[in-house]
Amino acid sequence: MSLLVIAEVNGGALKSATLNTVAAAQAIAQTTGTDIHILVADENAGSIAAAAQAIPGIAKVLVADSAAFAHGLAEPVAALVVSLAGGYSHILAPSTTFGKNILPRVAALLDVAQISDIVKVIAPDTFVRPIYAGNALATVQSADSVKVITVRGTGFDAVPADGGSAAVETVAIPALPTKSKFVSQQLAKSERPELTAAKIIISGGRGMGSGENFHLIETVADKLGAAVGASRAAVDSGFVSNDLQVGQTGKIVAPNLYVAVGISGAIQHLAGMSGSKVIVAINKDEEAPIFQVADYGLVGDLFQVLPQLSQELDKH
Amino acid sequence: MKILVGVKRVVDYNVKIRVKADNTGVETANVKFSMNPFDEIAVEEAVRLKEAGKVSEIIAVSLGIAQSQDTIRTALAMGADRGILVQTDVDLQPLAVAKLLKAIIDKEAPSLVLLGKQAIDDDSNQTGQMLAALLDWPQGTFASKITVTGDGIEVIREVDGGLETVALTLPALVTTDLRLNEPRYASLPNIMKAKKKQLDVITPADLGVDVTPRLTTLKVEEPPKRKAGIKVADVAELVNRLRNEAKVIP
Repeated sequence: MSLLVIAEVNGGALKSATLNTVAAAQAIAQTTGTDIHILVADENAGSIAAAAQAIPGIAKVLVADSAAFAHGLAEPVAALVVSLAGGYSHILAPSTTFGKNILPRVAALLDVAQISDIVKVIAPDTFVRPIYAGNALATVQSADSVKVITVRGTGFDAVPADGGSAAVETVAIPALPTKSKFVSQQLAKSERPELTAAKIIISGGRGMGSGENFHLIETVADKLGAAVGASRAAVDSGFVSNDLQVGQTGKIVAPNLYVAVGISGAIQHLAGMSGSKVIVAINKDEEAPIFQVADYGLVGDLFQVLPQLSQELDKH
Repeated sequence: MKILVGVKRVVDYNVKIRVKADNTGVETANVKFSMNPFDEIAVEEAVRLKEAGKVSEIIAVSLGIAQSQDTIRTALAMGADRGILVQTDVDLQPLAVAKLLKAIIDKEAPSLVLLGKQAIDDDSNQTGQMLAALLDWPQGTFASKITVTGDGIEVIREVDGGLETVALTLPALVTTDLRLNEPRYASLPNIMKAKKKQLDVITPADLGVDVTPRLTTLKVEEPPKRKAGIKVADVAELVNRLRNEAKVIP
């Protein structure tokens, strides 16, 4: 029985979260010794199939090319995955809004449990996943014949994007549900790296005071090639849009460097970033809880510190 | 139209979670429980749709131990019309909850089902999608706006890159995200009135659903603790340490 990874595609590109999901599949396949297949479902899927082919360690790329899959709607994609599920012991997808939307549907249609957000593979049927906003880690064992799993990207280092040469196979498309339709999307455009893929992230909190003041963060971010994030407090205050939110109900990130500016360190925020390698906190309140998780803390007024930081980075 | 909302009793979001010493779970004795915050948003949305004249009846359903009646009473105080508790001491997992809700929906025939996108205890984020699949309904997950159109609904969804709008035929299922609304506090008169509203208690056996757990929790542990590091004196020291000690910036 092989393993099936559902590739996340968006705007004609393979999303990087797919590479972390393949890494989790490899951790399982190490024990089972079985092949990993990857499913690419999209309209004009050719270029994405080529990108999937290049991932090392993939035995086969399954391509389902149809306009019905163009926007990754859960209903048709889940129906497709279920039609292919017969030969697989494990079905995995990234724990992103794409994967979370689709995989529980797949699991229910197969009458099996779904295992959400795994961060570690203990055995082919046993996994570690965070519960209570990451305040506890549960080790769970599945009794189902098929394991349907979403993978938290920060738990697994991405596999390389090239070097492989998998076979490609076009799959038959079953009858698809038509009760949902894509209408439109408003995606935030940014030249900066994506939060979930960035090596460095600089986030602002309520202490930023306004959306305009985020330019202080952006200036520093651009000098470091960093992504810009925000706390829920900053998002709820209307400073920045919700797609920048780092935290339990936003994005879970684990960059090499996370700089928290004017963020007090609510549990919900810590749940989203405490996996970062190095954490820096800049806050004028030296009692702020963020300092308890920070490797380097700087107590000071962010409106002075950020311009100084920008200048200091220029000196090198 | 009729709306069904799901409400779960969970450890209050302000409680600092402690893992039990024997690693079998988290401490729940003498801990405050409340309605799952995402479910409060679902109840609020249902009540607003009723206030706007789009909805005739709101049924609040909870599943679990007897104390879940309190959670249903909270929903009734917020404006739901009647409640159903599927009472059991079994640890209900998302697939079992979805099957129980499906059995109720088959009887009650609501046009819209609103659930929180996830419960803040097990963080599964599965039940709504599973229920929609079992019903063969369309789903609008992680909703930040719901608009009732002629014979369907439009849902604005919070997705990783921003927002996405989908159109669904009715009946449909929607799971709520944080920015859909701000739930109201129930007023004292409404809390008193809620005590008189109908609340039926049934069992999984009444619905003919096997709720045997599929996942076994082998252990629950504390995550590795981060230690507080050092305070730096100024920006120059910070940049120097990030460059030469941590080596995380060029």
